[in-house]
Amino acid sequence: MFVHYAMPLEGIYLFGLLAGALALLAVSGVGSLLAGRWSERWAVVLGAGGAGVACGAGLAGAIGALLCRVDLTVARPWRMPYGEFRLGLDPLSAFFLIPLFLLSGLAALYAIGYFRPWKGRNPGRFWLFFNGLVASMALVVAARNGVLFLAAWETMTIASFFLVIFDEADSRSAHAGWIYLVATHLGTALLIGLFVLLGSGAGSQDFGTYAAPAGMAGGLFVLGLAGFGTKAGLYPLHVWLPEAHPAAPSPVSAVMSGVMIKTGIYGIVRLLVILGTVPGWCAWLVLGIGAASGILGVLFALAQHDLKRLLAYHSVENIGIIALGIGLGMMGVHAGMPVLAALGFAGGLLHVLNHAIFKGLLFLGAGAVAHATGTRDIERLGGAMKRMPWTGAAFLVGSAAICGLPPFNGFASEFLIYMGAFKAILGSGSAALGGVTVVTALALIGGLAAACFAKAFGIVFLGEPRSAAAAAAREVGGSMRAPMAVLAALCLAIGLLAGTVLRAMDPVVAMLAGNPSTVAAPGAVWVLMPATLFGVLALLLGGLLLLAALRRRLLAGRANRETVTWDCGYAAPAASMQYTATGFAQPLTQAAEGILRPRVESQLPQGVYPASGAYHADTPDVARRMLFDPLFRAAAERLGQLRWLQQGRVHWYVFYLVAVLALLLGWALWA
Amino acid sequence: MQNGIGILLIFLILTDLLLLGSSRLRNAIRIGAAQGVALGLLPWLAHGHLTGAALLLGAGSAALKGVVFPALLNRALREIHVRREIEPLIGYIPSLLIGTGVLAAAFAFGARLPLPWESPSPLLVPAGLFTLWTGLFLIMARRKAITQVLGYIVMENGIFALGMVVVEAMPLLVELGVLLDVFVAVFVMGILVFHINREFDHIDSDQLTALKEGAP
Repeated sequence: MFVHYAMPLEGIYLFGLLAGALALLAVSGVGSLLAGRWSERWAVVLGAGGAGVACGAGLAGAIGALLCRVDLTVARPWRMPYGEFRLGLDPLSAFFLIPLFLLSGLAALYAIGYFRPWKGRNPGRFWLFFNGLVASMALVVAARNGVLFLAAWETMTIASFFLVIFDEADSRSAHAGWIYLVATHLGTALLIGLFVLLGSGAGSQDFGTYAAPAGMAGGLFVLGLAGFGTKAGLYPLHVWLPEAHPAAPSPVSAVMSGVMIKTGIYGIVRLLVILGTVPGWCAWLVLGIGAASGILGVLFALAQHDLKRLLAYHSVENIGIIALGIGLGMMGVHAGMPVLAALGFAGGLLHVLNHAIFKGLLFLGAGAVAHATGTRDIERLGGAMKRMPWTGAAFLVGSAAICGLPPFNGFASEFLIYMGAFKAILGSGSAALGGVTVVTALALIGGLAAACFAKAFGIVFLGEPRSAAAAAAREVGGSMRAPMAVLAALCLAIGLLAGTVLRAMDPVVAMLAGNPSTVAAPGAVWVLMPATLFGVLALLLGGLLLLAALRRRLLAGRANRETVTWDCGYAAPAASMQYTATGFAQPLTQAAEGILRPRVESQLPQGVYPASGAYHADTPDVARRMLFDPLFRAAAERLGQLRWLQQGRVHWYVFYLVAVLALLLGWALWA
Repeated sequence: MQNGIGILLIFLILTDLLLLGSSRLRNAIRIGAAQGVALGLLPWLAHGHLTGAALLLGAGSAALKGVVFPALLNRALREIHVRREIEPLIGYIPSLLIGTGVLAAAFAFGARLPLPWESPSPLLVPAGLFTLWTGLFLIMARRKAITQVLGYIVMENGIFALGMVVVEAMPLLVELGVLLDVFVAVFVMGILVFHINREFDHIDSDQLTALKEGAP
């Protein structure tokens, strides 16, 4: 029954681990739903326990497969036209499985504490969809048959849709869920077209037999970029992200933003592997979209008041950074610059892993704040550092990492992309232009991201609480703290051990950047990397020590005492005297007013002794307002004209069916 | 044998036309039952010998369509006090005219339909198609839910007749499955009709438009 391809013993073992993880996820999800009818406790034990054990096994299997460079395919027949149960495990799949299982397992642990206050509802409903989401994501990454891939892809969509609308008391969740469902189904429609075209040559949906019809590689790549980009959140197809991420429960936001949108990146990269060579302009397209996603994502993030919405826009930004890396890599392949290709792909893919870790951490932190205060509105928070020191420290680490500051992991991947860009600038012709684009975009993104997280961290965690709810915040429990601590430690560990991680990624990069012999050259880069990194680190650390010494010297012999935050010489400081989030970001958002188009309601203070003043700015998504809303309104208007077909009479519906079937029969017999 | 099957198929076509023209529900139920019993003989007539499977199939379908379904439908009739179809969506004379048109179409289609096996009678495919379409037409053109259930049964009769072409190849299980399907459907619809009647004082299925999206 089984067909084995070059399957060494350890491959079988590791594959078994992954298959076992998938089966356990499915069984525990259903079991949890059933158990939940009798006992909430058992539902959580089954659901979370199953997810935890399965993710542990899956993680071990994926890391093992990457280190052992396993490359195997297993196939079983499936009663489905063109379908086959063909699963594969190669370095690329293994690499994407690592963050998937890591973050999902930690989010499952976090969810135990997160849902503790939700008494009286069957927790099995959550665990069924959560475990289903994890299993289907893993299946997407492992599928080697187009029909199987699409089936897993749609299961993933449905499971995540139900998780987004899980908080059904909130009607905004339902609205966000529908936006998500429509967006992602439009993406899937494009993917169906892509797979049909890819498989039309060989008449098979096996990934191994896929071939682009002559001269169509570029067109197919664009089709895939749009289809997968909708899931990944590339601009301007990102519109569902800022709606769905805030609406979902926080552990789900972490998994969706951290790993689910990465399945879109996986799809794009897998498509590159399948197509082999794509025209040069495709690299430019990816670069352009990446730059747009990065810059616009961070600009819109800057203007948000909702903490999770802000983080959602940062996902758009980081997907943009990943696309910049991949675009550089494609450019390197096209220009015949193996070092550039290796640096670009390595940077982009490492950022996939890094973003999963720090964005997961940040969403879990935001969830902890929302859990403790009952609000996600930044303007009503403040002073959380003193009340929630663990969460605060973890969020600070995540913020530093997402801004690309050393010694955390975000620095390592962005540094690789910078290195690639400078390599490109030293090259010739269009590659140099691409390098300049990337450097400019990345520098702008980095600066704005730093400003944005200065705002997010500063307003939420520093200063004094801006509302009674924020003042009453308490640190969250152990099951929510532990995952954040692990992720924060990983941010630091990957930052420090970037060289080791990159060496482990060698086979993945080799798959994309050309044949292994050309990757031998950038192998030298991997050796240089840690040296460079540690050099920079030593410099920074030395600088810090110098500053500390200076501070000591300046303060020597003076009396110093501690006082309240933001005293600023006021006799009676109040919380409302602090900077607001809007106020903090205003200089930057005003500079970008032409792009952001905020809706401002302001009442400026009048006179010498102003009695009152108000300023309120709301920044809805421009792509949605200018592009998708009019588009969908027009479509609804056109399609509304077909309403007369819906008579509400069974007789007519039967008539439609019979008429169509009779026409088809006649066509088949006479045509 | 060839004569027997020809007579049976002509009987099928005539009863279909009768169904299209009859307004009395009790009559219509009786005609449907007669069709079912007659079709029970078809496996034997079509293949000339009696296999165990054909016997089981014929007897089962005759019992179900000749006894069980009419009993269920008559009971429903008694309980809801309906005797005849007043004001059908398409009148009886037009129904008959359309029926003859459909019959011509059934012969045209039957002549061209490529069959994997040789048909036991040249009439079999046209008669089966016509019965099938008559059933669908009854569902479309009549108002009372009971008539629609009947249309469903007639449609199944047509499928049964068509199935005779391939009964050697078609597993017994498939036909049994279809029968079970219809049985459950009739059973459920019988109960449903009863309940709709009790809630709304009528069983006019076109009044279901009230459930349409955006209806007043």
